[in-house]
Amino acid sequence: MGNDAIVTVDHVSMKFNLSSEKFDSFKEYVIKSIKRQVSYDEFWALQDVSFEVKRGQSLGLVGLNGSGKSTMLKIIAGVLKPTKGRVAVGGNMAPLIELGAGFDMDLTARENVFLNGALLGYNRAQMEAQYEDIVHFSELGEFMNVPVKNFSSGMVSRLAFAIATIGVPDILICDEVLSVGDFRFQEKCEERIGNMKEKGTTILFVSHSLTQVEKICDKIVWLEKGHLKKFGDAEEICRIYAGS
Amino acid sequence: MSTYIKNFLKFQPLLSELVARDVKIKYRRSVLGVLWTLLNPLCMMVILSVVFSNIFKFDVENFPLYVLSGQVIFNFFNDATTSSMTSIISNAALLKKIYVPKYLFVLARVFSSFINLMASFTALLLVMVAVRAELHWTLVLSAIPLLLVVAFSLGVGMLLAALTVRFRDIMHLYSVFTTGLMYLTPVIYPMSMLPSGIKSVVLLNPLTNYVTMFRDLAFNSTIPSFGSMILGIVECLAAIVLGVYVFYKNQDEFILNI
Repeated sequence: MGNDAIVTVDHVSMKFNLSSEKFDSFKEYVIKSIKRQVSYDEFWALQDVSFEVKRGQSLGLVGLNGSGKSTMLKIIAGVLKPTKGRVAVGGNMAPLIELGAGFDMDLTARENVFLNGALLGYNRAQMEAQYEDIVHFSELGEFMNVPVKNFSSGMVSRLAFAIATIGVPDILICDEVLSVGDFRFQEKCEERIGNMKEKGTTILFVSHSLTQVEKICDKIVWLEKGHLKKFGDAEEICRIYAGS
Repeated sequence: MSTYIKNFLKFQPLLSELVARDVKIKYRRSVLGVLWTLLNPLCMMVILSVVFSNIFKFDVENFPLYVLSGQVIFNFFNDATTSSMTSIISNAALLKKIYVPKYLFVLARVFSSFINLMASFTALLLVMVAVRAELHWTLVLSAIPLLLVVAFSLGVGMLLAALTVRFRDIMHLYSVFTTGLMYLTPVIYPMSMLPSGIKSVVLLNPLTNYVTMFRDLAFNSTIPSFGSMILGIVECLAAIVLGVYVFYKNQDEFILNI
């Protein structure tokens, strides 16, 4: 393992207990524990996955629905704790996991900029400095004082993307985010991600669009039903994946 | 430990944004806006004073103030713990998507209730001036029991938030519990009228001690005894230790249960 690894995923497994054992009520819990019926319907979303990403490299995750891509990203982002194994991350992260998750619909766009900035760990002064840039990029200049609940979904994602990509984070996590907005905005997003990459940001990228993955990523992790099927150079894996 | 502090400092702006959001949303689209934080407790106090100085009368000097001061503390405790109880589940959408230290949501709710507490405390001072109560220098020290209640509520709030993620029943049970707790706190009745059996139960309630200390300092210019001071601090530390312990034990599983 080299010192320049920015994300190290070390034999990670993630187990979910399916709903049959989720007790919402205390009574149910007591009765079931007395009867020793605490059954665990286990589901392994990820099993023994290991890989590492070097600083400045970009990694794509591909696989079918349910193969564990989003779970993997959530573990790297620190949202989920792996059941087994270890993840080490050496840098600050900007999670773009689901655009607009941090928005409060009752607040105006302007207020949401500061709230979301704070969620990403920026203080007010830093956000003031970036504010013009966000407004400009999202092209929402005249709507900044409108509550977000009146926005269209395209507007929400534009604003969310603009906020999440301010500054130059060490790691940018994108989960299916480039499928939003119109064609022109998608291009703008790709361009911005490209710029960040040039400045040395490591990008972790999930998408079903192979062309996007191939364009952005150097390395690819191919997951199948929670197992690591292949890990290697983008071109090679894209070719095999497209053929499978 | 230092990583905890670093992490807190990184997300400290989030805490202020969350508190600001709570306050903003509460008073959005109202004409008087934030002024309501002060007006609301003031109006409540006027009603309470009228009711309690005409209808119910206990043998207590300046009875309206007695009731109001009890209300200030009890309402804060009720408000802070009830809102922190749901703080984790109501932010589920966010917690599932990005990493944020989870205790921040509890802290934010307690802080917003604290803002209300300061407003109702100000309203109480206004009433004291209005009814020409004597103002003693010990009034300044009455901030100490208030801060103890804040810390105590934070501990209870953390505990409730963590348990509610597991058992949603607590949400329904807790409102019943607080109604009972109000009658076990000397808010509207003086301690002297209680039969000794009930009195010992009321004295077991940690809030009783805080309310009594607060009244002694605010109205009677009596410094609370050393014993009750220590008791207050110990109870508040116990609540915090228990709350933090249960919260930290469970927090990695929150995401799987919300």
